[in-house]
Amino acid sequence: MAHTTQPSAAMQSVLGMLSLPRQWRLGAGPLIAAVVLFLIVLSALLAPLYVPYDPMQMGSLNRLQPASAEHLLGTDQYGRDLFSRVMTGGRVSLMIGVGAALFSVVVGMIIGLVSGFFRTADAVIMRIMDSLMAIPAILLAIALVALSGPSVWSVIVAITIPEVPRVVRLVRSVVLGAREEPYVEAAIALGSSMPKILWQHLMPNTVPAMIVQGTYICASAILTEAILSFLGAGVSTDIPTWGNIMAEGRTYFQVKPGLIFWTGAILSLCILSINLLGDTARDMLDPRLKKREA
Amino acid sequence: MLGYIIRRLLAVIPVMVIVALFVFLILRLTPGDPAAILAGDSATPAQLERIRDRLGLNLPIYEQFIQWVKMMLQGDLGVSLISNTSVSTMIGQRIWPTLNIAMLTITISILIAVPMGVLAAWRHRSWIDYAVMSFSVLGFSVPVFVIGYIFIQIFAIELRWLPVQGYTAPTQDFIGFLQRAILPSFTLATIYVALIARMTRASMLDVLGEDYVRTARAKGLREGTILFRHALRNAAVPIMTIIGTGFALLIAGVVVTESVFNIPGVGRLTVDAILARDYPVIQAMILLTAGLYVLVNLLIDISYTIIDPRIRY
Repeated sequence: MAHTTQPSAAMQSVLGMLSLPRQWRLGAGPLIAAVVLFLIVLSALLAPLYVPYDPMQMGSLNRLQPASAEHLLGTDQYGRDLFSRVMTGGRVSLMIGVGAALFSVVVGMIIGLVSGFFRTADAVIMRIMDSLMAIPAILLAIALVALSGPSVWSVIVAITIPEVPRVVRLVRSVVLGAREEPYVEAAIALGSSMPKILWQHLMPNTVPAMIVQGTYICASAILTEAILSFLGAGVSTDIPTWGNIMAEGRTYFQVKPGLIFWTGAILSLCILSINLLGDTARDMLDPRLKKREA
Repeated sequence: MLGYIIRRLLAVIPVMVIVALFVFLILRLTPGDPAAILAGDSATPAQLERIRDRLGLNLPIYEQFIQWVKMMLQGDLGVSLISNTSVSTMIGQRIWPTLNIAMLTITISILIAVPMGVLAAWRHRSWIDYAVMSFSVLGFSVPVFVIGYIFIQIFAIELRWLPVQGYTAPTQDFIGFLQRAILPSFTLATIYVALIARMTRASMLDVLGEDYVRTARAKGLREGTILFRHALRNAAVPIMTIIGTGFALLIAGVVVTESVFNIPGVGRLTVDAILARDYPVIQAMILLTAGLYVLVNLLIDISYTIIDPRIRY
C-alpha cells in the first residue's frame, strides 16, 4: 500500500533534521502507526505498575458494572476490572505475536536455506510444505492446542507451525535466485564450508523479506490467538489475554457488549498499526514493489 | 490440457498422503487416550481394554494408519467416538448450512470487491482509492468475531432489522434463510473483500499503464468498456489466484462465524470434535478440507486458460 499522505511542514523539517535518506522518511500514516504501537506496547509492558486493580481480583458485588470513575471501562461478569484486564492482557497477546513471528522466521529460514540450496532435499521438503499448507491453519492450530494443553507456549507453537511453510517458500525463492550469483560460486570454489556459505552469503539476502514477513506474522498471530481463545482452544483463562477476555465476554454480550468491543478495539488498533508498519517496511525494503504501486 | 489436468490430479495424491500421515501422527503421538474419554471416569481397566480393542488402538501404529487409509479409500470415514454415528452421516447433516453461507459469501465478496478494486485503481490516489485501501487494511486487522458482534449489535439489537442468531434452510423458507444468512455472510465477507479488493487494485494499476489501454482510450472507447473489457480481463489472473488462496481464510472464517451466529454447520462440528478429541471426525474433516483446498486451487489454475488464452498448459 502506498503512503502518500504528505507530512506537515513542521514534521518535514524535523525529518529533514534527522537527515534520513529520502526513501526512509515516513509519511504521516506510518508515523502515527509507529507512535500508536509504541504506546500500546509500553502500556502493556508497564501495566502492573499503573493498573488500578489486580486483573484477576473478583468481586461479587460489582459484577458487569458500567463504566465509572472507579472502573474506567466497567467490570466483567466476575466483577473484575475491565481496564486492568485489557491492559494486562496485552502483555501475553503481544508476547504470543512476537514469539510466533520469531519462531516462524527462524525455523522457516533454516528449512528454506537448506531447501533452496540442496536440490535433493528440496523436492522432499517442498512436498511436505505443500501438504502442511493444504491443512487449514486454524484447524491445525486448534488441534495442536487442544492436544498439547492451554499454555502460552503451546499456543505460540500452534500458531508457528502453519506459518512455517509460507516463510520456507519465501526464503527458498530468494536463495534460488542468489545461489547462481558469482560470489556464491566463488565461495564454493574457495572451499568455504556449507554452513558458512548458507549463513554468511545466502542468509543476508533474505533479511529484508523476513523483516516484512515477520511483521505480518506478528499481526496475524495476535489475531489467531484471539480466534483460538474464542473457539475454546486458547491460553487458559487464569492468564488474561485479549483473546480470552473477549471469549469470556461472549456469554454476556447482550448485557455488556463493551467486554468484546473495548478489547477488540485495542487489539484491532494494535494489529492495524503493525500492518501499516509492515506495508511501510515492504515499500522501503523492496523497491520493485514500490515501483509497481506508484 | 487434459494431460495437464491428469498430471495435476496425480500430484494431489502425495500431498494428500502426507496430510493424512501428518494428521494421523499429531493425533496419535500426543497424550490423551480416546478410550478413556469414551469410557468415562468410572471405567475399569478391563473395560478400557475392550474399548481399545474395538477401536483398534492396540494394533501397532503403522497398522492403524494402513487400516485407516484403506477405510478412507473405500469412502468409509469411520464412526464418531462420541455420538457413535457414522462420520459421513454427521457431515452430510451439517454440510449444507456451511456450503450455503460460503457460496453466498463468495458471491457477495466478488460482487463488492472487484468493482471496489477497479474503482480504486481507476481513480488512483483519489479519496476513493484511499477509502478502499483503508477499508482493506482495516478488514485485515479486526478479528472476524468482533465484526460479527458489531453487525449483531447494529442490525439485530439496535435497529432490529434482522434476527440475532440461528439458521433456516433455504429450501424450507428462502426469505428466512436470507434474513439469517445475511449477517454471517457479510461478516465472513469482510476479510475476503479486503483481500480481493487489494489485489484487484494492484493488478489493475499494473494493467492500466499498458499501451493497449492507451490505444483503447485513443480510439475513444467508453471508460467502462476500457476498464471492464480490456483492463480487468488482463488483470484477472492474480485476482483469481488470490480468490483461491483466500479460500483458506474462508475456512477459518466459517469456523468462527458459525460459533458467533449459532449455525449448525461443519465448522462448529469440527471445533467441537477437536475439543472432545473425537478422532475419526477430526481426521475426516481435516482431510476433506485439505482436499477441497487443493481442488479449488487446481480449478482456479485451470480457469486461467479460459480467462487468458495466452496461457496454455
